[in-house]
Amino acid sequence: MNTTLVEANFVDERPPGLFRQALKLRRTQVGVVLSTLLITVALIGPFIAPFGSTEYVDMPNTLDVPGTLLGTDYFGQDVLSRFLFGGRTILILAVIATSIGITLGTTLGLTAAYLRGRYDEIIMRALDVVLSFPQVLLSLVVISMFGPSNVLIICTVGLSTTPRIARIIRGSAIGVVERDFISAAEAIGETRKRVVFSEVLPNVTSALLVEMNLRLTYSVGLIASLAFLGFTPEPNAANWGLMIQENRVALTEQPWGVILPTMALALMTIGTGLIGDGLSRVSAGIDRGGKGE
Amino acid sequence: MACRECLQVLIGVEKVNSGLRIINLRLNVAATGNDIVDEVNLTIEKGRVLGLVGESGSGKTTVGLAVLSHARRGVEIAHGEIYCAGTEVLGLDADAKRRIRGELVSYVPQDPASSLNPALRIGVQLMEVLEVHDFGGSSEARKARIKEMMAEVLLPTDDQYLERYPHQLSGGQQQRVGLAMAFACRPSVIVLDEPTTGLDVSTQEHVLKTIRQLTRDHGVAALYITHDLAVVADLADDVAVMYAGRVVEQGEVAEIFGNPAHPYTRHLVAAAPDIAGKKQIVGLSGRAPSPGKRPTGCSFAPRCELAADECREAFPPNVRISDAHSAACIKIGKRGETATQTSPTIQSVSQGDVIIEVRNVSAGYSGTTVVHDVSLTLRKGECLALVGESGSGKTTVSRAIGGLHREWTGSILLNGVPLRSAARQRSVEDRLGIQYVFQNPYGSLNPRRTVGDSIARPLLIAGISKSASRSQVLDVLDKVNLPNSYANKFPDQLSGGERQRVAIARALVSNPQVLVCDEVTSALDVLVQAAIVDLLGNLRKDLGLSMLFVTHNLPLVRSIADHVAVMSEGRIVEVGPSESVIGDPQQQYTRNLITATPSIERSLL
Repeated sequence: MNTTLVEANFVDERPPGLFRQALKLRRTQVGVVLSTLLITVALIGPFIAPFGSTEYVDMPNTLDVPGTLLGTDYFGQDVLSRFLFGGRTILILAVIATSIGITLGTTLGLTAAYLRGRYDEIIMRALDVVLSFPQVLLSLVVISMFGPSNVLIICTVGLSTTPRIARIIRGSAIGVVERDFISAAEAIGETRKRVVFSEVLPNVTSALLVEMNLRLTYSVGLIASLAFLGFTPEPNAANWGLMIQENRVALTEQPWGVILPTMALALMTIGTGLIGDGLSRVSAGIDRGGKGE
Repeated sequence: MACRECLQVLIGVEKVNSGLRIINLRLNVAATGNDIVDEVNLTIEKGRVLGLVGESGSGKTTVGLAVLSHARRGVEIAHGEIYCAGTEVLGLDADAKRRIRGELVSYVPQDPASSLNPALRIGVQLMEVLEVHDFGGSSEARKARIKEMMAEVLLPTDDQYLERYPHQLSGGQQQRVGLAMAFACRPSVIVLDEPTTGLDVSTQEHVLKTIRQLTRDHGVAALYITHDLAVVADLADDVAVMYAGRVVEQGEVAEIFGNPAHPYTRHLVAAAPDIAGKKQIVGLSGRAPSPGKRPTGCSFAPRCELAADECREAFPPNVRISDAHSAACIKIGKRGETATQTSPTIQSVSQGDVIIEVRNVSAGYSGTTVVHDVSLTLRKGECLALVGESGSGKTTVSRAIGGLHREWTGSILLNGVPLRSAARQRSVEDRLGIQYVFQNPYGSLNPRRTVGDSIARPLLIAGISKSASRSQVLDVLDKVNLPNSYANKFPDQLSGGERQRVAIARALVSNPQVLVCDEVTSALDVLVQAAIVDLLGNLRKDLGLSMLFVTHNLPLVRSIADHVAVMSEGRIVEVGPSESVIGDPQQQYTRNLITATPSIERSLL
């Protein structure tokens, strides 16, 4: 029989990756613009701030102070400078905490899904215990017991995020684990570690990407909330969450001290939220074989 | 429209008012306007069954759904007319469409398990159909009708049975409930979309019998959609063959199978294995063009050995061959040689060394034994087919041999040496010596890894360097007739047949002694199946491979295996050379299995 294959002519283009597909949606584009803007402000802010983060400038709560754009806050510090300084810590803490949560959660979720049985039960029930405490409450208890330090904030936020990620990853990995290519990998003698990380993991990246985004958004909110409640390592550090708390009493005289950080946090959360939404829409579309929106 | 007029002359107006008539139907991809099906003209008289055959993606289900005036999401009905017992259904408003569905025209889907609501008792579901259409007028009349229907589909009529939930019925019984539902309101037209595809042959035989009975008794025009030619030969009165969205040939069953005119039909018939005759099945390379990529001329031209320039210019007109037979081909009568049967299969009943010996193996899942005391011998260079219906334990046995199933007792010997149960515990040589090819090529390749990387993994694990493995990968791609460039492709860029070739390549790369093929062709179309079977036969001959071929497809056994072992309920029922087992079965079970298997040759006698 002549088996020259003409099929090559009909081979379709490979669809672009999840993120590139999501970028075609308007909501993702807006999300990317917002997040980039806020991340830039948070990271570059300290370098362009006209004053230091805790520098005394003029009378507290004054709007028209020469040399400042938006006046001074409750402590006589420049509002704009504190705003420019205040995002970096939150962002860095949130990224590190989320990374810890993602790494642990993914590993535990994949392991539970692959091993099933007893190990699955042990891992997931242990995580359920953590999950049963509300995230804010858990962080508050731990931090009020040991005192606020950046490491502790990272750890509590990261660890309280872990079970949520583990559940999602386990859920999508269970379907993958049942597929034949996993058996095929086992049949050729792949190690368990390799099966989990190089066969299963690449097939749950859609879920992972969506979840990562969502958890980053929540972590930013959580860390800002903790700061609002006064849980920051340095009492007078420039921090958006803390700024809202400090300046809310003088809202009528110096509204910028509250408006700026609130807007920043809101836009950052909306931005990352929109990206996450775009990603999940596209990944749901991929699952259905459709084209998303 | 000219073609419509000539069609009316052809079929005669007096028949229009009874059965089903489809005129010049076209459906598009809504987003692009590309045709999914086009120029479909079909006529089914009442009481007759028309088998609509074609490969997956040929548009047969799309046509079937259009008869119910329905198009799947993203698909639109562009133009055409469909008359069900004289009523044009495409032009109806939404309310009227809903009313005719189930009453004038009804539908039996492929998978009864997913088309019945698992949360409702079957009696309730049957009642629902009747109530929606206000059938019978009173609740007593409806109850009587349900009993009548249950009796007609040969199911128990007692109230207790009607109180069962779908999961309490077998697959065959579920499909009968589906049939009862479809026939409940006495429709004039019924669309059956592969209703027996998931069923075992003996169950299939009963369901087909029921379908035939019901359509004849009630004068229903039935459109039977399937890819299984033997079922069509067995059941249908007429056949229409679809290719790339168009009907390329239609006519009476005996005409189509006895004297296929279109080159595509000839290929289909040549590729279908038959239980009644030992034949060399012949595959065809290439795949049907998808919507938007169809050529201007005949869409089969790129794969056709008779294609000439004129074929590529315009879509060929329908040519009448006899009263009840026409084909859309300008080359009718000018036969190519490809479709004719070539040399018979190599069936050297070898007396080589025993390579795999399965001794008294019992296996089960979490305590329940499903395989009882099975013993098998596979010799060097031999192909042993393990056949049986679903649940017979054939896959469990093959998985135990492949090291994918751990829960078994007894012993499995490779070259006289006992094997450990799980693949991971086996030595590298043992692991590489037995390679497993999975049923579903869509699930057996990691979608996130290139074909080349997937094939190279066994080598890398065995400690062969990356560069050395690369050349072996290309070598093995060559053996399965795939170009080198395929090493850089991802599985989702390949067709089902190509993926199965890749899966075979991955198995071959470690130079195995034994290939365990688990239903490797059951997810593939008949032409692709023939090509894969052909490939496996050649590999066996060239490489001296031994093969365990697990299948439920008895006709295929004749075309590939030297020996066959028939399994039923976890036990081996009969073993022997495949010719004698199928030609002259000694056990009642095997005999029943063979008679239940539909056959083209037997139907034409």
